[in-house]
Amino acid sequence: MIQSGTSNQALSVSNLKKTYSNGRIALKGVSFSVEEGDFYALLGRNGAGKSTTIGITCSLVTKSSGKVYIFGVDIDQDFGRAKSNIGLVPQEINFNQFETPWNIVINHAGYYGVPRTKALLQAEKYLTTLNLWDYRNNTARRLSGGMKRKLMIARALMHEPRLLILDEPTAGIDFETRLSMWEFLQDLNQKGVTIILTTHYLQEAEKLCRNVGIIELGELILDSDMKSLFKQLNQETYVLDLVQPIDSQVLPHELNDSVRLVDPTTVEVDIARNSSINVVFETLSKHNIHAISIQTKSNRLETLFMELLRREAIEMQMNQSE
Amino acid sequence: MRFMRIWTQTLIPPVITTCLYFLIFGNLIGPRIGPMQGHTYIDFIVPGLVLMSVITGSYTNVASSFFSAKFQRFIEEIMVSPVPSSVILIGYLTGGVCRGVLVGIVVLLVATVFATVDIVHPFTTALVILMTSVVFSLGGMLNGMFAKKFDDVSIIPNFVLTPLIYLGGVFYSVQLLPEFWRLVSLANPILYVINIARYGFLGSSDVGIGISFTVILVAAAILFTLCLVLLERGYGIRD
Repeated sequence: MIQSGTSNQALSVSNLKKTYSNGRIALKGVSFSVEEGDFYALLGRNGAGKSTTIGITCSLVTKSSGKVYIFGVDIDQDFGRAKSNIGLVPQEINFNQFETPWNIVINHAGYYGVPRTKALLQAEKYLTTLNLWDYRNNTARRLSGGMKRKLMIARALMHEPRLLILDEPTAGIDFETRLSMWEFLQDLNQKGVTIILTTHYLQEAEKLCRNVGIIELGELILDSDMKSLFKQLNQETYVLDLVQPIDSQVLPHELNDSVRLVDPTTVEVDIARNSSINVVFETLSKHNIHAISIQTKSNRLETLFMELLRREAIEMQMNQSE
Repeated sequence: MRFMRIWTQTLIPPVITTCLYFLIFGNLIGPRIGPMQGHTYIDFIVPGLVLMSVITGSYTNVASSFFSAKFQRFIEEIMVSPVPSSVILIGYLTGGVCRGVLVGIVVLLVATVFATVDIVHPFTTALVILMTSVVFSLGGMLNGMFAKKFDDVSIIPNFVLTPLIYLGGVFYSVQLLPEFWRLVSLANPILYVINIARYGFLGSSDVGIGISFTVILVAAAILFTLCLVLLERGYGIRD
């Protein structure tokens, strides 16, 4: 268990508990840490406790007990200093929709004591990078959903935070915008900004993050690096698009139940970890079955996530029956 | 400032209301009432009408600004930043004071059209306008913090503030009231601010100036402390 934060840890959370005034227990003693420079995914279902954890870290929610350190600074001792290192992109739109993007980012810089001359340069830099420059004098409520989310990212970066916390930043936005955001965030992380991301798009977490924590019912049920996590996968399922339609009877018997015909031009193949996919291709070729494309059936992290939640539910049922 | 951008909602209504008060109470009914405390009735109501605009302007500005920030969640912008609670409070307070004072000045200019405005004690007048706007801005802040829906922002101004203003001697001297109601009126804090204003404008007052300033100062200190403690605890804004 983490006893105290160190300055090379961007965030350190220890035995964090939160019970809301209506009696709902949101966090039951969560502990984890995020190293400086990391790209960390905080995952979990709706209501699992992700946003509560973020809210406590950013002073939007009051904790019931536990400790939070931001770059070694205890939030109970000097929250002001701790907060100056954080940039938050919240789940809900939380800027004044009647303001212009320009005013929103400039005012935000003011809250962090950024000198006006620097704030003007920063505003131009981030609004341009995030393709919002042409809309800087429009009323914010007229921006599209994706633009509003980008504006919240630009705003969060105005004071050059060392830790950027993104709470479902790509929710409800189109794939193209999401891709450009991924690129931007990766670039930012490479420049040294620690990023904590919560998302329901597990493909996003898999692509961007190096470490992952999964919260379920207010408890951290997993804290691992992505590589170790994927080693837990026993098999993966691939979907092959065939050149020509085939009949199920022509499927090679030597592959047993690992090959299934979904439709005349689509085949699903289960491949155990440590097995080579080449064996499957060779066998299919021998039977004159040729594929034109291949893709994983489901996202690897998605599979693991569902498996973990299933295990957790079984464990809970067993505990209850005892 | 927000209130300057929506000046048709913030500056024009008090001007129209005051014009109507001067026309109806001052020009039409006033001459039939006769002099009050040695002044014409229209001159007598000027200080009260100016203060009434200052009170409602300051109060509603902070109450609605803070509640809007809460409702649209952009209060979170400041909450996540290192800005101390005292600075947040002073920021909202400044907004309320600016609107209150500006509305007061505009109403005073309107008053010069209808009445004779010779300010006897300019410094006292300026001070009471400023202090009144501070007290009622803080009151508005409390209202904004406790408000959970839009209705809650208008309940206090409609059902508490307006009756207190009207019963605080804007249109009459409390000396005209029977002894019992005169004593009851002394429990109304608005009576004190209106009377200091009347002292500042006309040189006469129903209550002592020293005690009136003390009441305003104590109210300001209590409200400021209360707002700061609640803001620090995140009342109404932090889960």
